[in-house]
Amino acid sequence: MSFLGTTTIKRTASSATLAVFLLLPTAVLAERVFVSNEKDNTVSVIDGKTLEVVETINVGRRPRAMAFSNDGSELFVAVGDDEAIDMIDLASLKVVRSLASGEDPEVIRVDPNQPYIYVSNEDDNIVSVLDYQQRRRVTQIPVGVEPEGLGVSPDGRWLIATSETSNMAHIIDLESMEAVHHRLVGARPRYVEFTEDGSKAWVSAEIAGKVAIIDMQDTFDVIHSIDFEVQGVPKEAVQAVGMQLTSDGRYAFVALGPSNRVAVVDQQSHEVLDYLLVGQRVWHLALNVGESRLFTTNGVSGDVTVINVEGDVNDFEAIRSIPVGRFPWGVIVEP
Amino acid sequence: MNLAAYGHCLRGVVGRELLRFLHQRSRFVAALVRPLVWLFVFAAGFRMALGVAMTEPYQTYVLYEVYIVPGLVGMIQLFNGMQSSLSMVYDREMGSMRVLLVSPFPRGYLLMCKLLAGTLVSILQVYVFLAIAYLYGIQAPLMGYVLVLPALIVTGFLVGALGMLLSSAVRQLENFAGIMNFVIFPMFFLSSALYPLWRLREGSELIYRIAVLNPFTHAVEMIRFALYEQLNVEATLIVLATTLILLWLAIIAYNPAKGMMTQRGGPGGE
Repeated sequence: MSFLGTTTIKRTASSATLAVFLLLPTAVLAERVFVSNEKDNTVSVIDGKTLEVVETINVGRRPRAMAFSNDGSELFVAVGDDEAIDMIDLASLKVVRSLASGEDPEVIRVDPNQPYIYVSNEDDNIVSVLDYQQRRRVTQIPVGVEPEGLGVSPDGRWLIATSETSNMAHIIDLESMEAVHHRLVGARPRYVEFTEDGSKAWVSAEIAGKVAIIDMQDTFDVIHSIDFEVQGVPKEAVQAVGMQLTSDGRYAFVALGPSNRVAVVDQQSHEVLDYLLVGQRVWHLALNVGESRLFTTNGVSGDVTVINVEGDVNDFEAIRSIPVGRFPWGVIVEP
Repeated sequence: MNLAAYGHCLRGVVGRELLRFLHQRSRFVAALVRPLVWLFVFAAGFRMALGVAMTEPYQTYVLYEVYIVPGLVGMIQLFNGMQSSLSMVYDREMGSMRVLLVSPFPRGYLLMCKLLAGTLVSILQVYVFLAIAYLYGIQAPLMGYVLVLPALIVTGFLVGALGMLLSSAVRQLENFAGIMNFVIFPMFFLSSALYPLWRLREGSELIYRIAVLNPFTHAVEMIRFALYEQLNVEATLIVLATTLILLWLAIIAYNPAKGMMTQRGGPGGE
């Protein structure tokens, strides 16, 4: 901030306040973006301001889903081939401990109210509940064949697990730790995301190339289905995977796999507003804290595309693609 | 002769060229339709829907329509440069070239005026084309539209000087069409105007090597970088050097004592 040193602003209380405000945007922008590289067994750390990889952390074999601990001090990484959750200390950026997770953990979510990690164990047809403070397995919840996607409601009441062979969304009551509703969705459901108010859950289906919207207040039924069509791209290449929903209820972003596109959807009307070109085989997405930027992992091209999502949909555009490791899978931005 | 006289001469030559261009509405429309057909039909039919892989100066993946625009800008200038030269052959046949060349100004200066006039006409076409592309949704950073101007001027001189050199070797208007086909199309297709160099290399190492040697490739890359607010030093230096060499050769070719005009029976040789 050299301009502060060269100005003749008087050193008054008001100028100090001004300086704090001038520094604030820098602090906000200097967020860190974590990307798990499935084939490299690493997690790349991208500086959210310079958009450059600043650190590469070695983790266990086949890192995929990631989640932060509730106090924001640790990053959990599901390392599938090690059947564990690696825990990275966010101050030192080193793996400080590891927790056994059961077979082939792919997707993990953290309970907003309790120190629990939910893990989908694809080979065992269960969702494991792990206590990351006491380092013990709390319970396991039977679900459909090959569980994959997981989503926790913002109030911590519901967990949805999708099973990719049963093509179902299993709605689990987290008080009783039991699946209480089962709903058919599209072929190979991959990912679950709740709206900010928790009234709806969006479930993406990879092979169907659709997103199902489930009512979470009353019927727990699928109330809407969104189709995607990218001009000039074969239908089978349009696969719905990762999703992000803005907290203001305006936009949803859906990663469309090998079509190399991210769909921008109106959260209210469910209309697809635009398709943004990104790298090859876009898999997961993460919004930054201010919801001004969207980060995408592009598995085949091995990079992360940064999309400006500030303002109106007409202003949304991919601004940079940053090379990371081989087969980037998950992405998450430090809160 | 003073500077005012030089200015008067410049105004005369440039004014004539601009007037001629504006009065020939069909030429203006044709000059625009050609790149627009490429943009709307060729690029749309060949849209590489999965995007063109990251290549400088682009910071991320782009659609083919976006990639092809600087190449089409180069195409406009290439056609226009050749057309200006064609008009010189016509002028020579009609006798108006003689009026120009018997003026007391140095021949090199007169030729430079002629080149500048042709370049300005091409720049006019380029900006109209870029405006249409912008409305179509292919939008570069706004500053890029300013920064691209010097690149357009240099490219205009490059293709203009090449055309002039060729025109000095052509005796009749009819012969020119053949030369245009042998020059314009190879220059355009064997360049990075339509495909990135890495893509050409995937297809054929020989075509890639020819494209690297083609000065038009470097002109297109210079335009592409400038449009995205960057300077491609290597391309710019290659284009500048080639332009200077072609200019020098064109001026020699139009020199009544040494040039080809003498042997061809052009105005200089009579």
